[in-house]
Amino acid sequence: MSLLGNLSLDAIPYHEPIIMVTLAVIGVIGLAVVGLITKYQKWGVLWHNWLTSVDHKRLGIMYIILALIMLIRGFSDAIMMRTQLALATNGAQGYLPPEHYDQIFTAHGIIMIIFMAMPFMIGLMNIVLPLQIGARDVAFPFMNNLSFWLAAAGAVLINISLGLGEFAKTGWLAYPPLSEMSFSPGVGVDYYIWALQISGIGTLLTGVNFLATVFKMRAPGMKLMQMPIFTWACTWANILIVASFPILTAVLGLLTLDRYLDFHFFTNDGGGNAMMYINLFWAWGHPEVYILVLPAFGIFSEVISTFTGKRLFGYTSMVWASGAISILGFVVWLHHFFTMGSSADVNAFFGVMTMIIAIPTGVKLFNWLFTMYRGRLRITVPVLWTLGFMVTFSIGGMTGVLLAVPGADYVLHNSLFLVAHFHNTIIGGAVFGYMAGFAFWFPKATGFHLNERLGKYSFWCWQIGFYVAFMPLYVLGFLGMTRRLNHTNNPDWNIWLYIAAVGALIIFVGIILQFVQLYVSIRDREQNPDVDGDPWNGHTLEWSTASPPQFYNFAVLPKVHDIDAFTDMKEKGIEYQAPDEYMPIHMPRNTAAGMQIAGAAGIVGFALIWHIWWLAIVGTLGMVVALIARCYAKDVDYYVEPQEVAEIERAHLASVATVKEEAL
Amino acid sequence: MSAVPETLKFANEHGLHADDHGGGHHDEHQDTGGNTLFGFWLYLMTDCILFASVFATYAVLYMNTDGGVSGKDIFDLNFVLVETAALLVSSITYGFAFLYAHKQQKAGTLLWLLVTMALGCVFIAMEVYEFHHLIVEGHNPDGSAFLSSFFALVGMHGLHVTAGLIWMLVMVLEVLKRGLGAQTVTRLGCLSLFWHFLDIVWVCLFTVVYLLGAM
Repeated sequence: MSLLGNLSLDAIPYHEPIIMVTLAVIGVIGLAVVGLITKYQKWGVLWHNWLTSVDHKRLGIMYIILALIMLIRGFSDAIMMRTQLALATNGAQGYLPPEHYDQIFTAHGIIMIIFMAMPFMIGLMNIVLPLQIGARDVAFPFMNNLSFWLAAAGAVLINISLGLGEFAKTGWLAYPPLSEMSFSPGVGVDYYIWALQISGIGTLLTGVNFLATVFKMRAPGMKLMQMPIFTWACTWANILIVASFPILTAVLGLLTLDRYLDFHFFTNDGGGNAMMYINLFWAWGHPEVYILVLPAFGIFSEVISTFTGKRLFGYTSMVWASGAISILGFVVWLHHFFTMGSSADVNAFFGVMTMIIAIPTGVKLFNWLFTMYRGRLRITVPVLWTLGFMVTFSIGGMTGVLLAVPGADYVLHNSLFLVAHFHNTIIGGAVFGYMAGFAFWFPKATGFHLNERLGKYSFWCWQIGFYVAFMPLYVLGFLGMTRRLNHTNNPDWNIWLYIAAVGALIIFVGIILQFVQLYVSIRDREQNPDVDGDPWNGHTLEWSTASPPQFYNFAVLPKVHDIDAFTDMKEKGIEYQAPDEYMPIHMPRNTAAGMQIAGAAGIVGFALIWHIWWLAIVGTLGMVVALIARCYAKDVDYYVEPQEVAEIERAHLASVATVKEEAL
Repeated sequence: MSAVPETLKFANEHGLHADDHGGGHHDEHQDTGGNTLFGFWLYLMTDCILFASVFATYAVLYMNTDGGVSGKDIFDLNFVLVETAALLVSSITYGFAFLYAHKQQKAGTLLWLLVTMALGCVFIAMEVYEFHHLIVEGHNPDGSAFLSSFFALVGMHGLHVTAGLIWMLVMVLEVLKRGLGAQTVTRLGCLSLFWHFLDIVWVCLFTVVYLLGAM
């Protein structure tokens, strides 16, 4: 029994050149970042303005940075898989041995869902939602910071697995009995468990936080059915989070007991039942995909109504369609494993329920179409993403209905048809939505515009690359190719595998263009400022603030009379009005407690992965002590003085006035 | 559960910061006492689903005894009845503590909190004894899926109660040092929700696991 548990120098994969080169590149980039921060003496700024911030807008930006970093990692996995499969045809072995390849497809799934899509969605929600409901912050600003750091701790763990030990080789679902100790004795599944568990708890806290925010902190006058549509979509997603993430917590906990203490929940022996894991996992997993896509639907609604200059068609039906999708999302989980062998009645029920989801989704699509009808659509980058989504997602939805037929599913289960379907909906739905939202709210969050031309190039690469990469997978599914193959030996498949690899490369160009766009836009930020904070003639309250918004969001809480509250103010001519006097504004102070608690949680996770029991105990005590210390910390809040508020507001109103004069 | 609306009402009247800043200028956004209780309610609902998941697992697996013991063989209902009584009475005594807290009477609050803690400790001690006894008899959690799910479900509730006891200890110290300010009462309100919630879970647990299991 060593002091370091199972950890030793053998855990570093020296013999894997790909991993060692990757680690070297990460090391060099990391050192360069540290060097640059030191050179420009930005550590203080980083610490005070960002890492310890409890401001929802800054946390939102940090979430999106996390998502973009993890996008690079997840996409690297994707491109490796596609090139491997393009090379390993006709019996060739390719360049990725199975034990490495299996880790790659597992990591790709977990990273893209949990550490790319979720932080992206939560980041956008953080930036926008409190502004849309006219609130000064979320209900629990410190907990918001803690949620971010828990997500980051999970991301750190999954990245440590690259250089220390291994990641799970089970597929992103970690189905037992494969994920049990008897078949996966390494640390891979433990990395999986703890990365997911820690970040999942962060997500759960986010759900609680934002639900309390929308129910308790709306601006005076704003009824529930007057909340902006993106806020509503996020609210349904948050309801899904609080209702489904505990199931993930539970099922991971049970798998932990199986692996660490030899329990028999999902084992082959001792009366365990692996299907129980699979049921519980999808009782979380299916709502999870709606957690990802509903906010994206909300973004499309905002984008379409803003850029047609019209009120959203069918606001009420949109809200209830989201609600219907949310509720139905809980009664379809079994369609992920029709082949389990339930009775025909059970399979029929879940098949029918799944098909019914197409109806509220169709309602949404027609609402967007009717919003555009007779509108004057400005073709901007967010609109391009939205139009691309409407076409692409419709195809993904239809293949979903096809898979919902249990008989058809028996043929297509675990084939590349399925892989094509869920990428079709998650990329074409959620990711396109986040990209639209990113371009839409970027000026609001930063105060300057994104380069429009590069954004359009990037969109077209994504759009075309998506079809080239994934349509062949539908064909391959029909040709009988199953998922997670390491190499193939069927000449009929080759051409489609080659085309898919080309598609992945086109998407790669799109991603590069997005980073170039980001670089160019930041470089040219002085030339493209968003001066008055309302670049698109927006409808909702976030556009009434400065860009970036004042740290207290609203000097005076706005009075709301309409769904499109800011449009309503503009029509009445009462936007941008200074009150007679400003009141002091109560604000929370920055804190490092979130980092301390989440850092300790990350240490506990690491210690448990490597069976370093003393460190796990120390880390747990650290978490408890840091939490109690935070509860009794003095000086956790302060008041912004009216003079300071008045100065900031005067400057904002002055820049609004200059823009208006120029317009005249 | 009539304490609940009371709690919410109280917190709404006494926003967290009204006390800290001597009243003055604050708008509805600073009714953080109400926010805290509402947020804690939401958290409890998530905890409820956590228990529901493990309950479901128990329900699916309780007959999978792998040729070993079943509930009928190992449950001692008389023992569990005493355990149950301790926990249920502790909910009442917590209610007394909370009533005194409303009346701003420190001594009564502390006394009843300590009584509640004592009852909670009795409950936990009995549960530990039961677990220990089972393991000594050879009925380990790794014996069968039934034993695994029994230990996990009952143990998870026990861990919650233990966490509640630690929280209560911290609250006793807080009341001793800081008295019964609005923030402290809000926190006592959250703990009250938590404690009663664990009681309700135990009622389900007692019924589903022990009563149905022993029959």
